[in-house]
Amino acid sequence: MTVVPKFNKSPWVVHFNCNSCNGCDIEFLACLTPLYDLERFGILHVGNPKHADVLVVTGSVNHRNARVLKNVYDQMPDPKVVVAMGVCASTGGIFADGYNVLGGVDKVIPVDVFVPGCPARPEAMIDGVLKGAQVLQAKHSGKTPLAEKNVLTRTPTPFAAPAVLEKGASHA
Amino acid sequence: MTIPTTPLTLVLAILVAPFFGALLSGIDRRITARAQGRMGPPILQPVYDTIKLFRKEPILLNWMQIVYAYLHLLFMVMAFLMLVFGKDSLMFLFVFAFSTLALVLGGMCVRSPYSRIGSQREIMLMVAYEPILILIMIGFYMVNNHSFLLSAPLSAARPMLLSLPLLFVAFLVVLAIKLHKSPFDIATSHHAHQEIVKGITIEYSGPHLAILEVAHFYEMALLFCFIVLFWASPIWIGILLASASFFLMTVVDNAFARLTKMWIFKFMWTSVLLLAMTNVILLYWASK
Repeated sequence: MTVVPKFNKSPWVVHFNCNSCNGCDIEFLACLTPLYDLERFGILHVGNPKHADVLVVTGSVNHRNARVLKNVYDQMPDPKVVVAMGVCASTGGIFADGYNVLGGVDKVIPVDVFVPGCPARPEAMIDGVLKGAQVLQAKHSGKTPLAEKNVLTRTPTPFAAPAVLEKGASHA
Repeated sequence: MTIPTTPLTLVLAILVAPFFGALLSGIDRRITARAQGRMGPPILQPVYDTIKLFRKEPILLNWMQIVYAYLHLLFMVMAFLMLVFGKDSLMFLFVFAFSTLALVLGGMCVRSPYSRIGSQREIMLMVAYEPILILIMIGFYMVNNHSFLLSAPLSAARPMLLSLPLLFVAFLVVLAIKLHKSPFDIATSHHAHQEIVKGITIEYSGPHLAILEVAHFYEMALLFCFIVLFWASPIWIGILLASASFFLMTVVDNAFARLTKMWIFKFMWTSVLLLAMTNVILLYWASK
């Protein structure tokens, strides 16, 4: 008898604020309230990357926090999924041209789901995390997330961090 | 009347207990959600969570973590079996305490400050509730014709609850501590939480975190089985008593805020200890 783990039924989320204006953070925390109730999907908001399956990142990446973000990502056990929450985390948003801003989260770690919006609606956020959970299930069963490709899901971008990180380290 | 220790009952007890604990945990989460005006997760959510954790990649800081996680589970299962098969209650208490001690040592064997803080808090909790458990066992000994056997209440004519009402109330407080319920959930909580409150489990991940979860399911089963002993004949009243205690714990968890470790310590060593002592002294006078 083999037990098929339902990774998509219990995605535990750790939330990391990169450089966010707090708009997306507040919206994401609003998802936990009775109106939206993330827990009905088995989604738990844990405070520890070692317990988490899904890393939700808000805000753009800059030289200072690139290393921290990479560190949080590395501490998560496999299989793991990254959800870039909001337009800043996806591309850099209105901060993209800032002298200290590297851009979206995908500059540092591979992102599986992009949720656009400034801030993204709670419905979109829940949808994003659930898409992430599907990718998690696909990753666990060895399938490429590309198979489930749809509006919100994208293949992980190639990891382009080392150069960025070295640059970041010299600034820090 | 005792449950016979055959291989069949042994396997049955070992297999059924974690599912029972997981189910209770799921019902608890659902009730908590409904109390807060939320839908809540499926009843089987703790089962999904645990199966998922078993399939995650293990990340370890040192191999002693694994040893202590398994020791925690092993001693918890042993304590549970000793309770089910009515063995010596003092031995049961020691094995149960060692299980928690293994958890504390597991938290202490890493260099994470959060893990250390969580372990220290768990030690404070142990210091707070262990005297109460010892007093409960003394009361147990006095009402069961000077027998330490955990099977004794099953054949007793008079339910233990009638002789030990105050000790039962004291046990309910210990139950709230052991189930990580507010206001006592300072070392670890059964809700999702941040570093300090999840302290003791913070450096465990994947299958080893799942081991701790399974141990907690056994612990839940053990605690509610112990409540049944307070009214063991007829046993259905005991089961009703355990269910009532379970709902009481959920209500208490939702109605109280988390309090500090010194408050818990003072509360346990004054009010609850006084309750337990009064019961034991009254029993002693009655037997004279």
